[in-house]
Amino acid sequence: MSDRGSRVSDDTVEQFIGRLLQIGVLFAAMVTLVGGAILLVQHGRSPTDYATFRGEPAFLRSLAGIVTAALSGDSRAIVQLGLVLLIATPIARVAFTLVAFALQRDRVYVGVTAIVLALLLFGLFFGIA
Amino acid sequence: MTVLTLALLVAGGSFCAGLLGALTGLGGGIVVVPMLTLLFHVDLRYAVGASLVSVIATSSGAAAAYVREGFTNVRVGILLEVATTVGALVGAAVARFTPTSALAMLFGAVLFYTAIRSMRRRVEHTVLTTPDEWSARLRLDSDYPTPRGRQPYSVRRVPAGFGIMFGAGVLSALLGIGSGILKVLAMDQVMGLPFKVSTTTSNFMIGVTAAASAGVYLHRGYIDPAIAFPVMLGVLGGALLGARVLTRANPEWLRKVFTVIVVVMAIEMLYKGFTGSL
Repeated sequence: MSDRGSRVSDDTVEQFIGRLLQIGVLFAAMVTLVGGAILLVQHGRSPTDYATFRGEPAFLRSLAGIVTAALSGDSRAIVQLGLVLLIATPIARVAFTLVAFALQRDRVYVGVTAIVLALLLFGLFFGIA
Repeated sequence: MTVLTLALLVAGGSFCAGLLGALTGLGGGIVVVPMLTLLFHVDLRYAVGASLVSVIATSSGAAAAYVREGFTNVRVGILLEVATTVGALVGAAVARFTPTSALAMLFGAVLFYTAIRSMRRRVEHTVLTTPDEWSARLRLDSDYPTPRGRQPYSVRRVPAGFGIMFGAGVLSALLGIGSGILKVLAMDQVMGLPFKVSTTTSNFMIGVTAAASAGVYLHRGYIDPAIAFPVMLGVLGGALLGARVLTRANPEWLRKVFTVIVVVMAIEMLYKGFTGSL
């Protein structure tokens, strides 16, 4: 997005995206903070054992499970929702970049950006078994 | 230790990591995993999951400030992200079958390399303006603001840079780091981009690379809320404060402190890797 004729508008678009992402990070951090505070109130006194890996329960590993449990007020799920929002932030940036390239009718970079976006969405929605 | 005590200690440590990382420009992500595993005896998989999330937070939080300065080369960034995201997904797939001792030794080696890079004086290369075949075809050449106005630059050795970026993606997923040093090396030293363009474009890419493997690790149960939230909030808080006091701090002295910490962690990680005690 550095073609000379459209330099100014490109920078404006990029600045707009940058601000939007900063807001996204702050929003995700706030959700995480609220969930974390409730988590400490509810489970703060329980003993910890993170030396052995057990993996998270199923409802904290799928997007649908996290949203459902967070809406019912589960503190760990609220934290997890904040973290998912955070992971989604750079993915949203790539999506906006795709739109910007599309508006410039830059087919090569629409294709390149679409590959990156597809890989990211695959990781977030399906993971690798 | 209770959940509360661990959360407070981890948040404090992560805050310091984020602060030092921002002040030295080396990024705090690299010391989060050693801190969690060596100091708090957290399993490496939980540590990697928490660290990746904090890497996304600092990268996306800082990206906006850099874009305002007009340094980021979005075309170079998005093109190389194909390599880093593929690398990150491959790394996340391989992580499952890699023994912890091997990961600890790899981590020790990366920490040593970071220490060496942080001590070495940066050699400023001349910015080339002769177009390269790949660069011309993909329209990667651009310009960036300097005190003497906008300076045009040309990008070269695109395939070599692409290959290194794949490696940076694999390392990012395996170790839960941003791989910023490797990304800057590829763009600055190999592809001939100006240093400032390399660092800001690297920062733009780090969050995207980490998001690829973080998504996979979420499904695999590596991201534990009680560990990840103090790490993420601590590192983010430290990084935001660091960015504010950056102009008043003495980076040379801090850089030495950071290097010593990194070397100590490198030795410890290598030792634990060799003895298989992590």
